[in-house]
Amino acid sequence: MQFRLEKRPEPSRLMLYVTPIAAVLLTMVIGAIIFSLIGYDGIGAVREIFLTPLTNAYKWQDLGVKAAPLIIIGVGLSVAYRANVWNIGAEGQYIIGGLAGTWVALATYGMTGPWILPLMILAGVVGGMLYAAIPALLRTRLNVNEILTSLMLTYASVQLIYYLIRAPWKDPMGMGFPQTRLFSEAARLPNIIPGTIVHLGVPIAIVVALVAWFIMSRSVFGYQMRVVGAAPHAARYGGFSENKTIWLAMLVSGALAGLAGVLEVAGPFQRMVPGFPTNYGFTAIIVAFLGRLNPLGVIFAGIVMAITFVGGEVAQTTIGLPNAATGIFQAMVLFFLLAGDILVRYRLKRVVNQPAAGAA
Amino acid sequence: MDITIAIIVTLVGAATPILIAALGELVVEKSGVLNLGVEGMMLVGAIAGFAGQFYTGNPYFALLCGAFAGAAASLIFGFLTLSLSANQTATGLALTIFGTGFSALAGAPFSAKPVQLMRPLFPAELATHPVWRVLFGYSFPVYFSFFMVVAIWWFLHRTRSGLILRAVGENDLSAHSIGYSVKGVRYAAVMFGGAMAGIGGACFPLLLTPQWAERMTAGRGWIAVALVVFASWKPFRLLAGAYLFGLVMTMELYAKAGGGPLSVIPSELWAALPYLATIIVLVLISIRRDATSNAPACLGKPFLPSN
Repeated sequence: MQFRLEKRPEPSRLMLYVTPIAAVLLTMVIGAIIFSLIGYDGIGAVREIFLTPLTNAYKWQDLGVKAAPLIIIGVGLSVAYRANVWNIGAEGQYIIGGLAGTWVALATYGMTGPWILPLMILAGVVGGMLYAAIPALLRTRLNVNEILTSLMLTYASVQLIYYLIRAPWKDPMGMGFPQTRLFSEAARLPNIIPGTIVHLGVPIAIVVALVAWFIMSRSVFGYQMRVVGAAPHAARYGGFSENKTIWLAMLVSGALAGLAGVLEVAGPFQRMVPGFPTNYGFTAIIVAFLGRLNPLGVIFAGIVMAITFVGGEVAQTTIGLPNAATGIFQAMVLFFLLAGDILVRYRLKRVVNQPAAGAA
Repeated sequence: MDITIAIIVTLVGAATPILIAALGELVVEKSGVLNLGVEGMMLVGAIAGFAGQFYTGNPYFALLCGAFAGAAASLIFGFLTLSLSANQTATGLALTIFGTGFSALAGAPFSAKPVQLMRPLFPAELATHPVWRVLFGYSFPVYFSFFMVVAIWWFLHRTRSGLILRAVGENDLSAHSIGYSVKGVRYAAVMFGGAMAGIGGACFPLLLTPQWAERMTAGRGWIAVALVVFASWKPFRLLAGAYLFGLVMTMELYAKAGGGPLSVIPSELWAALPYLATIIVLVLISIRRDATSNAPACLGKPFLPSN
């Protein structure tokens, strides 16, 4: 008995939603086996990384705080990838958003007023948007590949942090540490649940995802993004400008990455430090795919990836698993997901042997 | 004079790993496949090369370890994109994320343990005079990279196999209908690219910094991908491009070491320069009309024969 792949007349909607779940489950099984083979406590690793953050209620606040930036960036990236615009420099736009917010926080240092935080958020959004405008401009004007430019800008933005906190923005009371001063009260993101670390960014993330879902599924804008991505020729025929779509995709994803950046710096960090780039921008790529480029799916995918982040930290302290293991589990999720994509477009069909060949 | 020699030697060291990795990617792209996982494969090669050198002290074995590890990593990409026709862009990104995590995990036990740098290929007597040092003062990977520039050019343009590989990259359906195995050719190309990226990665602990550091390739794999575009998929232009980047990175090293007019500019700007230079180079190349017209026609597209 043999199996053969047969093209489906239409992509399977069932498989579209089953494969992400299967990818996560497969990662847990195969991950446990691989980590056992290389000498770690494989089952313990999977338990700590994937289950402890869920079963331990005390970890839920960490989940929310880690999922928020992943969801916000992931929503932006899913809009861009839908339109076949490959912004993979979200980490850089996140950094510039954080720096723009820091700039406002430092300029208003010591001041009070409810206008400071909104101004910071605005600066962060605009900062991320402008940074994403560079690859958009180069792609639309000169046809320069946005993958490479957006990524190169990420490496450059990391150096910009180092420069700013070493020289012009350095905390005068920081005993020589390269970091800015702690933001004043008015420039810090308020906690929404007293006694926890859950800040305003968490509900913002949910709202962003819901609004994006509504726009993508119900508006002309969303339709345009989907059509240009799925059928560029038809889109051109229908009068949708490809360049305009690239601009919109880059600006939306850049703005949301910038928003995530400013929320992070005003929330958990409350100052700019060298450790600000936390790879959220790269992990959000996995989040976007795992969420099937659907803003509602991104919420769930963001939570799953947040589980691995929180669980990775747990596993580090409880069973001494190196932090890098988290990255491997995350990459495995993406590998299995991409492998599973074939089941969306093809179906496994049993090939029955020719009767003449005899029963097998 | 001495400073010039020192600069040239540093430049060659900085350019070599990028050149080797980029040559591999050039062959991969010529076959019509876009593997964005070069950075990940380089990191896997770097830790394999480091481990090889750490345990055996034989740098040639270490390079071989790097090649095998890079090729093995590329097989993941090959299986997903060629056998399961997964999206090449996304799979390449996943490979880079995987390689970063894998190398960090595998490298954790080696932190703060030094290895021996690879010794020059030729006897020291040949390289005593400064001028001779420029020619004979390098270790094996440098000469290997030169050899591969010529060898790959010759393979692509003067051999039958090279012609088949290019045909597969330009028109996979025709190549398939004539009876060539598109998948087979692409698997071979992807694995060759993986091995080259692995060797390029292994050059980091063997030629540049003789200890393990997480993410020690620092984006050089992505620069290698950009260089292939810059070079319009031509091996000799790749050589020129890699040395241009070697120069930029050498300037960064000298600026950081301090002294001279270079240190007026903040060291962070120097560190950002290779990445900014990549963007500038991509812009310049795209202003020329023929730039991307030389791209293999099937680059990045999945091969889907109708039956």
